[in-house]
Amino acid sequence: MEKPSLLTTAAKAVVLLICCLLVLIPFLAVISTSLASQQALNEAGGFLLLPKDPSLDAYRAIFAGGVVTRATLVSVGVTVVGTFLSLACTAALAYGLSRPGSLLHRPMIFLLLGSLLFSPGLIPTYLMVKQLGLLDSYWSLILPVLVNGFNVIVMRAFFMELPEELLESARLDGASELRILLQIVLPLSKAVMAVIGLFYAVAYWNAFFNALLYMSTPEKWPMSLVLRTYVVNQSPLGTDQLAIGAEALPPQQSIQMAILVVSIVPILLVYPFLQRHFAKGVLIGAVKG
Amino acid sequence: MAQTNQGLLTRSRGKADGGSRRAGGRPRSNSTLGSRFRRDWLLLFLAIPGVLILLTFRYVPLLGNVIAFQDYQPFLGFSESEWVGFTNFAVIFSGDPAFITALINTLIITVLQVVFVFPVPIALALLLNSLLSDRIKRTVQSILYLPHFLSWVIVVALFQEMLGNAGMLNTFLRESDLGVFQIIGVPEVFKVLITSQVIWKDAGWGTIIFLAAISRVDQNLYEAAAVDGAGGWRRIWHITLPALKSLIILLLILRLGNALDVGFEQIILQQGPVGKDASEVLDTYVYNNGIVGGNWGISAAVGLVKGVVGVALVVGANKVAHIFGEPGVYTKR
Repeated sequence: MEKPSLLTTAAKAVVLLICCLLVLIPFLAVISTSLASQQALNEAGGFLLLPKDPSLDAYRAIFAGGVVTRATLVSVGVTVVGTFLSLACTAALAYGLSRPGSLLHRPMIFLLLGSLLFSPGLIPTYLMVKQLGLLDSYWSLILPVLVNGFNVIVMRAFFMELPEELLESARLDGASELRILLQIVLPLSKAVMAVIGLFYAVAYWNAFFNALLYMSTPEKWPMSLVLRTYVVNQSPLGTDQLAIGAEALPPQQSIQMAILVVSIVPILLVYPFLQRHFAKGVLIGAVKG
Repeated sequence: MAQTNQGLLTRSRGKADGGSRRAGGRPRSNSTLGSRFRRDWLLLFLAIPGVLILLTFRYVPLLGNVIAFQDYQPFLGFSESEWVGFTNFAVIFSGDPAFITALINTLIITVLQVVFVFPVPIALALLLNSLLSDRIKRTVQSILYLPHFLSWVIVVALFQEMLGNAGMLNTFLRESDLGVFQIIGVPEVFKVLITSQVIWKDAGWGTIIFLAAISRVDQNLYEAAAVDGAGGWRRIWHITLPALKSLIILLLILRLGNALDVGFEQIILQQGPVGKDASEVLDTYVYNNGIVGGNWGISAAVGLVKGVVGVALVVGANKVAHIFGEPGVYTKR
């Protein structure tokens, strides 16, 4: 093939650079502003693109034990417990469905696919959660989304890719099905477990709508609801919400940005891992098929 | 994630069907139920928790749709509430103005998303694919995928901080005496705003599936076309795009199935300042009217009709795809 012309290459580079900047600038601005002092903010007219004499006052304020501290703990707790339970149930179901021809295999596959196709709708789901007495309980953030059909299918595809000879020889050696799962299948599935686990974790961390529906007590709010109230709706955070004295109150803008940063940071932390694995783990069913 | 996952669904379904004939499959016929149970009990046992969750939160609530035919009163429950036949559906078929507004907004947003959101990942994928340096390609991809993992609350907050009246862009414009650029909280441009948010969040992520498809195109075709004197554009037009055709049709069909789902979280978060005339869609109508307003039956009826229309749209679109000789989402056996 001939080399593309210089002009085309330059045009492509410019377009991609603009796309990347459109993604990166908001992050940069938010982080810089969260680190700013009142004085720096005033000078810059309210926003900063690059940090200027950074201070951690805003972070100290939100982690002094007020609303944001509690919400962070709730979100972390729901994410950790939820991810663990989701992974366990998803792996168990996926393995249970990974041997075609086993008892009740086909009905269960249809059950799984049907759950992807038919959505029960908002109101009936809400009523179900209510009937189970889960309203305003942390379980309402976990149980309804505990098993994601797509994730089961991805994991099942991965299990089915494992060389059958390996499992067969273990079976001939007298290994029980449980032993095969724990000592052969799971150790070979670390990649897919990592990806699916991260997907679940991101989903739990980000959960907004379920929280809005089910969590009515502000003390039990996860991060997403705090973010909506105090950043999107711009309700001011005062000494009541922050558990610090009025004299130590950093600029509202920095506090809001700090909350935003706190809710983004976990995603940024797991992102490199997701990034490394998802092409391999997630497209397994799509690309090879 | 929707697009990629939907691709997965269909491929994996193909795999599931193929899988049952694989060597790893278990014989079904030549053993009794008892011996099959002894052999498979662990598989069944493992599946129980997941199946229970799916039944409880995906299937049993389907039955809850009966309240669409009831004058549902929360304190009476399903069994005690009065049956009212199709009365709740009257709000749909008699053309209640609030419902019509929601329906029209939903359809406008769907059209905007198909026309403006759908092509962006394809264009981006073609652009990325034409890069010669793998390293730059990977870096750009990592950056563009990132917003997909942020929640709508974060995305909306970021947009406000950047483009809002007190946001960064307007602060900058004011400082430089260039006036203000109003887009947040303005009803007239609300639909443009949410469309650009969807592009910002998911365009990069949407490229994954197209890049995967492009990478499977036979490279010899490009060589041959280049020898025959086809330039870059002609190669895209005559080789890459035809290779993507089935995938594009597949995703369009699936998109159609979700035609009535137009970013619930995203809209409910921003509904306050712009008002319902500009922003009410079917999902927010169900929420505002049912859970906030207490009109359970009517909301459930609207939700039910929405779900049924969604499934009908997929089936119909799939038929159309078959007529044009495309495989579509599922094929007749």
